[in-house]
Amino acid sequence: MLTKRIIPCLDIKDGRTVKGINFVNIRDAGDPVELGATYAQQGADELVFLDISATNEQRKTFASLVKDIARQINIPFTVGGGISSVADVAPLLEAGADKVSINSAAVRNPNLIDELSKAFGAQCIVLAIDARKIDNAWTVHTHGGKNATDKKLFTWAKEGQERGAGEILFTSMDHDGTKAGFANDPLSKLHDLLQIPVIASGGAGTKEHFIDAFILGKADAALAASIFHFGEIKIPELKAFLNTKNITMRMN
Amino acid sequence: MKLAIIKYNAGNIQSVSFALERLGVDFTITDNAEEIMKADKVLFPGVGEASTTMRYLRDKKLDQLVPALKQPVLGICLGMQLMCRHSEENDTTCMGIFDEEVKLFVPKDDLKVPHMGWNNVVKANGWLDPAIENQYAYFVHSYYVPVNSYTSAVTEYITPFSSAMHRDNFYAAQFHPEKSAKAGELVLKSFLKV
Repeated sequence: MLTKRIIPCLDIKDGRTVKGINFVNIRDAGDPVELGATYAQQGADELVFLDISATNEQRKTFASLVKDIARQINIPFTVGGGISSVADVAPLLEAGADKVSINSAAVRNPNLIDELSKAFGAQCIVLAIDARKIDNAWTVHTHGGKNATDKKLFTWAKEGQERGAGEILFTSMDHDGTKAGFANDPLSKLHDLLQIPVIASGGAGTKEHFIDAFILGKADAALAASIFHFGEIKIPELKAFLNTKNITMRMN
Repeated sequence: MKLAIIKYNAGNIQSVSFALERLGVDFTITDNAEEIMKADKVLFPGVGEASTTMRYLRDKKLDQLVPALKQPVLGICLGMQLMCRHSEENDTTCMGIFDEEVKLFVPKDDLKVPHMGWNNVVKANGWLDPAIENQYAYFVHSYYVPVNSYTSAVTEYITPFSSAMHRDNFYAAQFHPEKSAKAGELVLKSFLKV
């Protein structure tokens, strides 16, 4: 039986792992290759590495970091951050990444999804959507949550699927950093609306929150960062716990 | 032992080579027929679309070379599908090592296509380490090979399908051993031992 997936997310800035709380404050959480390998050994099902370096110059070194990650890590991983063209993606996949995530550039130029999907296959295109509820509508934001757009979560996710995205990574900005649980209502709506897998992101604080994301939110995977980086929840314990709650987990 | 990874436009060559590196295996990545023929074992990776990939293989005459190989050959993911007779993916004639049809998954209930993620492998026969039984492997595919007389392992998604196959010196896995953590290492080690 296909399992639900637990995905630690590592934000990378200038080659180091960081985590923004509510997308703002940054604390150092260590070497990404080392941290990624540790998570893989602990039973993480996939990893996401997001490059949040500000300049293109710093981004160029990201491909060599991706290669180091691929060399050491024996589970699938997604990379993202600042990807805006087919030319940006090719070196990352060649370096050994399995998927790429796109966000702001896809909002600016939705055709990017079609182009990437056609060039590399839908299975490796993750459309990341950051959204926050404004006047009762889930509003899509870009640039790490700084800029509100006129796009709405559900129509944008559906459009993304139609254009060839293989997965939707939905981060609720209202939940991110709160440790009060995932955005289960919109997650469940996304599940009912889409045929592609949905990754829940933002709000993980306890092991029970993951049950809710999988049962109430019907998510295919759940992503978290700081709770893993700072050891508040350990992956083997989390997976063992979910397994006892009849959520299918890979327990190899 | 010298292993050759067939070099072509497959997306997972880097990952496959890193997996072998982690196992300490001596290998070369090549599209040179002579070099491939004299290797002790051959790995045929694969990520991509069937018709484009078969066209590429035909241009390089690799579609003739692979079926003629005498040493153990392991096809991975699309590599396994291209070793079959025909694929529904863009109506593609494949290499015909396994006389089987590759079919498109039809979504059912909550089960989405592509089949993506970790699913368990049920062992059916010999070349695979028995420890693989009920272990989870990483899959990403929209097309599948039905269970048939060459099936070595079965996985169930929408329908039971071949997650591994074997015929003579040809071995194949639908999942990605290079991305399947310990279970994947076991499968690669099983192939290294045949």
